[in-house]
Amino acid sequence: MAVTSMIGARIQRREDPKLITGHGNFIDDVNLVNMAHMSVVRSPHAHARIRSIDTSAAMASKGVVAVLTAADFKPVIGGPLPVTNSFVADKKQVPEQFPIAADEVAYAGEPVAVVVADDRYLADDAAQLVVVDYEPLPAVMDIEKAMEPGSPLVKSDRPDNIGWDAAFPGGDIDAAFAEADVVLKQRIGQQRVFPTAMETRGCVADYIPYDNRCTLWTSTQVPHFIRLFVGGALGVPESQFRVVSHDVGGGFGAKLRPYPEEYLATAASKLTERPVKWIEDRTESLQATTQGRGQIFDVEVAAKRDGTLLGLKFTQLLDIGAYHGVFSAFQVVACLLGGGCYTWKAINARSIGVFTNRMSTDPYRGAGRPEATHLVERIVDLVALELGMEPAEVRRKNFITSFPHTNNFGLVYDSGEYAKSLDRAMANIDYPALRKRQEELRAQGRYTGIGFSTYVEICGLGPSSATAPAAGIALVESSMVRVHPTGSVTVSVGTHSHGQGHETTFAQIVADTLGVPYDSVEIRHGDTGDTPFGYGTYGSRSLAVGGMAIMASCHKVVEKAKKLAAHAFEASEEDIVVDQGRYFVRGNPSEAKALAELAFASYGAGLPEGMEHGLEAVSYFDPPNFVWPFGCHICAVEVDPETGGVSIDRYVAVDDCGNVINPMVVDGQLHGGIAQGISQALFEEVLYDDETGQMLTGTMLDYFIPTMAEMPHFELDRTVTPSPTNELGVKGIGEAGTIASSIAVINAITDALTPFGIKHVEMPARPDRLWSMIKEARA
Amino acid sequence: MITAPFEYARPRSVDEAQSLLNKYGSDAKVIAGGQSLIPLMRLRLSQPTALIDIQGIRGLNEVRRDNGSVEIGALVRHVDIQRNAMLRESLPILVEMSNDVGDNQVRNLGTIGGVIAHGDAAGDYNAVALMLDAEIITNKRRHQARDFYRDIFTTALEHDEVVTAVRFPVSTGRFAYTKFRRRLYDWAIAGVAVQETGSSWRVGYVNLATTPRRGSAVEAALAGGASAADAAAQSGSDIDPTSDVRATAEYKRHLTQVLTVRTLQKATMAA
Amino acid sequence: MTQSVAMTINGRRREDHVEPRLLLVHYLREVAGLTGTHIACDTSQCGACTVLIDGEAVKSCSVFTVQADGRQVTTIEGLAEDGVLHPIQQAFWNEHGLQCGFCTPGFIMAAAYLLRQNPSPTDEEIERGLEGNLCRCTGYENIRKAVRSASQAMNRAGAEPTAQLVGSAAAPVED
Repeated sequence: MAVTSMIGARIQRREDPKLITGHGNFIDDVNLVNMAHMSVVRSPHAHARIRSIDTSAAMASKGVVAVLTAADFKPVIGGPLPVTNSFVADKKQVPEQFPIAADEVAYAGEPVAVVVADDRYLADDAAQLVVVDYEPLPAVMDIEKAMEPGSPLVKSDRPDNIGWDAAFPGGDIDAAFAEADVVLKQRIGQQRVFPTAMETRGCVADYIPYDNRCTLWTSTQVPHFIRLFVGGALGVPESQFRVVSHDVGGGFGAKLRPYPEEYLATAASKLTERPVKWIEDRTESLQATTQGRGQIFDVEVAAKRDGTLLGLKFTQLLDIGAYHGVFSAFQVVACLLGGGCYTWKAINARSIGVFTNRMSTDPYRGAGRPEATHLVERIVDLVALELGMEPAEVRRKNFITSFPHTNNFGLVYDSGEYAKSLDRAMANIDYPALRKRQEELRAQGRYTGIGFSTYVEICGLGPSSATAPAAGIALVESSMVRVHPTGSVTVSVGTHSHGQGHETTFAQIVADTLGVPYDSVEIRHGDTGDTPFGYGTYGSRSLAVGGMAIMASCHKVVEKAKKLAAHAFEASEEDIVVDQGRYFVRGNPSEAKALAELAFASYGAGLPEGMEHGLEAVSYFDPPNFVWPFGCHICAVEVDPETGGVSIDRYVAVDDCGNVINPMVVDGQLHGGIAQGISQALFEEVLYDDETGQMLTGTMLDYFIPTMAEMPHFELDRTVTPSPTNELGVKGIGEAGTIASSIAVINAITDALTPFGIKHVEMPARPDRLWSMIKEARA
Repeated sequence: MITAPFEYARPRSVDEAQSLLNKYGSDAKVIAGGQSLIPLMRLRLSQPTALIDIQGIRGLNEVRRDNGSVEIGALVRHVDIQRNAMLRESLPILVEMSNDVGDNQVRNLGTIGGVIAHGDAAGDYNAVALMLDAEIITNKRRHQARDFYRDIFTTALEHDEVVTAVRFPVSTGRFAYTKFRRRLYDWAIAGVAVQETGSSWRVGYVNLATTPRRGSAVEAALAGGASAADAAAQSGSDIDPTSDVRATAEYKRHLTQVLTVRTLQKATMAA
Repeated sequence: MTQSVAMTINGRRREDHVEPRLLLVHYLREVAGLTGTHIACDTSQCGACTVLIDGEAVKSCSVFTVQADGRQVTTIEGLAEDGVLHPIQQAFWNEHGLQCGFCTPGFIMAAAYLLRQNPSPTDEEIERGLEGNLCRCTGYENIRKAVRSASQAMNRAGAEPTAQLVGSAAAPVED
C-alpha cells in the first residue's frame, strides 16, 4: 500500500459546501414537469375490517387526477412486499403484506387509498374526502398478551401471533449454572423508538408509458434493493428501472427497505401516466416508518463469588408489529452478542418474535447490538452489586483477552484490547476522584452515579459465508474505479451515504491507494444507473466491506498501470516500482510516470500485445469475517431525588474502530451515535394507547427528540487495534456510539439510586418513573 | 398535513376586525403571530373558514405604564417583552417568563394577545394574568382574569371579540418562575410562578389543570404564616392535573409541591 | 381566492398571487424555487424551516405567505455573498457541524440570528439560542463548537457581525 497521506487525515468534507449553502438535493427538491402529488389515506384503527371505500367525493374534489385503492393496484403491483428469510430461517409464519390494505388493516397508519392530484394541497384536501367504512376489530398491542393462547389475532387469517421462536444454544448451560454461587434474574426492557431521520421519507416516480421504463427518486439507504424489489413487482427489469437517491437526510436504519409508498407511487405513475411525488409528513412518518427496538429480555445469570461469570440464559421477546419488517429478524443478533466482551462457559438464548397491531419494527442504529450491550452490561452491574465488587473489576476479571476469540455461538471476534479502553476511560474521567466526590455528595443528600459500558459489536456485514446461511443474502459490496484519459478518477460504489461522508473518506482511500491527488477523485453512489449492484449502507459496513471493494478495484488498476509502465519503459513488470502514484524502473526514480500519463497511454495506440484499452476495474468484495469494534464509555450523572430529574455531568468515551480514515468523521459518528443512545435512555418512547391502538406520541411535540440543551459535551478518545481481517485494518463506527451509550446512562442512574436500594432502572428514565421508584423504595 | 383552505382578511382597525368576524361567522378566527394556531391547523385539528389577521392594526403593539398598571398591547411579542426595559422594572416576572416561552423563532412571532386568547393552561402568561388579577381588554369589554378562563382552550371571549391589551398591576416585589420540562423548549410539565405583592404572595400554576390556576390555598397558608413547605403542601387543592405522555398526574401533584417550595425559596433568596 | 403578496427575498423583490393557506416555506421552495429551506415536522418543533423575516429568525412552516407580505426574507441561499461563505457557514464546514445536512440550513439561520443578538454567547446561551432546532446526526457537539468558532471568527474580523444579513431587528416596542 502506498505511504499514506490522506488516510488518517482530518480533512473537511467535500459534501458540505452545497449543504451549508442550501444547494443540497433532497427528495422534496426533485421536481418534474407535469408532476402530480400523492397523498396516502391511512387507517385510523389499529385493527379493522374494511367494509367499503367510497372515493366519489374525493374524485370530485378540485385538481384530483385519481383516487386509487387496492383493487386498482392489484393488476399493476405483482406481489407483496419482500420479507427476506433473514436471520431466523425457520419462521413460524411469514404473512404477506401487499403495499395497500384490501379488506383488513392491522395497524394505525396502514395505507388504504391514495389520492393523486395536481399539487400537494389539493391531494391532502381530497384525501380528507375518502370515506372508508371500517368495522373495528379487537387489537392486541402488548407483546405478552399477544403470546397468550386465545389472544385476539393481529390479522384474522393467522393461526396465532407468533412470527418466530428460535433457540440459540451456546454450551452446556446446566453445567455452568451448577457451578454458580449466585444466580440473579432480571427483566430488561427496550422501548419502541422512532429512528426520526430529520428528512422524512419520500419518492418521485416517473414511469414512461409504452416504453416500460421507470425512474424512481427516493430517500433510501439501499437504492439497489429498491430497484430489485419495486422494479420486480412492477415488472420492469433492472436495465430499465433506475433508482436515484441524491442527498439523504438521515436514515438510521429506517430507510433500508422498500416501503409500500414506493410501490404505490410507482404504480400510480404508471396508472396516471404522470410523474408522481409523495412526501411523507412528520405525523405520517411517526405512524408509517419502521420503528426500532420494542423488546423485552428475561435474563438469568450465574456467577461465582469471586466475580467469575459462568452462564447466561435469556429470552428475547420482540415486538414485530403487524408484519415482519424486511430485516426485523436481524435483531435476534442480540442473542448471539448477549455475552458481550466477556468469557462465558455457556449462554443459552431464545428469541420469540411476536406480532402486534403496530407498525413494524426493523433495524434502528445498532439493531440488536445496543440491546445486547444493554443487557449484558446491566447484568454485569447487578453481579457486581450483589457481590459487593467494583463494576470495573467484574468486567476486567471476565474480559476476553486472546484473539481471535470464538464466542459461545461460533462467531469469531477479530481483535480487541478491552482492558486498555477501560483503563483509558477510567483515567480520562478520573474515576477515583469521581467516586470520592460521590461519597461526599451522598453525605450531603445528593445522588450522583457512575455508569460503565464496555462493549463489543459485530459489524461489517457481512461475510457471505455467515450471512447467506442466516439471511439468504450475500451482503457483499461493489466498486468500479475508472481512470479517465487525463487522470481524473471516477469511483462508483454500491453503498450509499446518508450523512456519513463517504464522498470524502472513500476519496481519501482512493487518493492514497492510486497515488493520485484527492481532488481528482470523484465518488458516485445512490444512482443505480451509474453504480454496480450493492447492498447499501447499514450495519457499519460501508468502510469495512465497501471500502475494501474500492481497494480491490484500485489494486487491479495499479496492476494494469504497472504493465503499462513496464511497456513504456521497455522493462520487465517485476522491475516496476510504484511509489505514491509514480511508476519507475527500480533504481531510476528520476524517470517516473504518473498514473495520469499511464492512463492517457491506456486509451491511446501502441498498447502491449493483447492488452485491452482503458484503465478501469470492477470488484466485488466478500469479507472473510465480520469486524468487531469495541470500547468503554463512562457516564456520570446526578439524580434529583425530589423531581426524578437526571443531569449528565460527564460523558467519557474511548472507542476502537481499528484504523481511522478521517478522525473528524469518526468523532462525528460517535457524537451522533452516543446522543441517540442517551436519548433512548432518558427521553424517547413510542406510546400507543393499549385500548384503542392509537398512537399517543404522534407529533414531535409529544415524541421527545432532545435539543442541544439536553445533550452533554462528549469527551472522546480512542485506541487503535487494527482488524486483521482486512487490508485497511478498519472496523466500523456508524453504530458504536448508540450501541454503547444507553446502558452507560442507565447504569449511572442505577448507581446513583443504590442508596435507596434500587437495583434496576428501565428506559426511558423519565422523571416521574424515577420519582415513583424512589418513593416506593423509601416507603 | 396541509391546512384546510380558508379566507383571509387583514383589517386596519379593531372595528374592522370585529365586523369581519361578524361577516365570516363563528368559524372565523383571529390570527396574530399564529404560533399556536398554525400548527393546530396543519394537523387539521383547527379548521377555521376565515382568518382575520390583526397584525396590521396600529396601536396594539405598545407597552404603557400609568397609575400603578402596565398595559401591554395584544400584538406585543414575546421577544418584545424579553427586551423591554420598562417591563423589566414594572413587571419583571413576565419578562422572566418570556425567556422560557417556546424558542427564539416562536418568540419572534408569538404575541401575548395570542397566548391570552388561546386560553391554554400551558400558556405561561395566563397563570400570571390570573394570579395578579390582570384585566383583559377587548374591543367590547374588560374581563377580569379570574372570570376569563372557563375550560380547556375556552375563555370568556365571544366570537367577535378581539383581545387588544392586557393590563397588569405593576409588580415589583420579589418573584420567581420555575418551568419544569423534559426538553428546554417544551411546555411545562408543571410551571410555578410566585410574586410578592405588598406583604403577601401570589402563586400561579401553569399546565396543571384544564385552565391556568391560581394557588389560592397556598397563598392563604403563606398569609397565615405557614412555612414554604407547609404552604406548598396545600397546592393539591389548587390544581387538577391529568396524566399524559409527559408525566403521571400523581407525579405532577408531587412536583408542584416541590417546585412551589423551590420557587418561593428562589424568590426570597434572589432578593 | 388568491391574495397578492410582495416581498423581498434575499434582496430580490417579487410579487405573486397565492392562496392564503400557502405556507411561507412552500412559497419559498415551490414558488420562489429556493429549496434550501427544509421541512421536517408539522408542529413547529424542528426548526429546519428557519428563515429570517426582517432580520429575525422564524419558522417558515408556521407562517402563511400572506403574513409575510411586504417583508424582507433571508434564506440560506442569501447568506453567502459573492461566492464567499458567511463565517457561520464556514464554521459549520470547518467543525463538521453537519452530517446529513438536512437540518443544517435551519441551524445556520438560527445561529445567524443568535449571533446578531449576542455576538459572544456562552455555551448555555448557544443552547438556549438554538433550542428551537433539532438535529439527529451530530449529537449537537460540533454544532455548539461551530457556533462558538463562528462567533470568535466574526468578533476577530472586527466587522459588524451581521453585515451580511438583510433587514434589521425590530426595535423594542418601548424602551
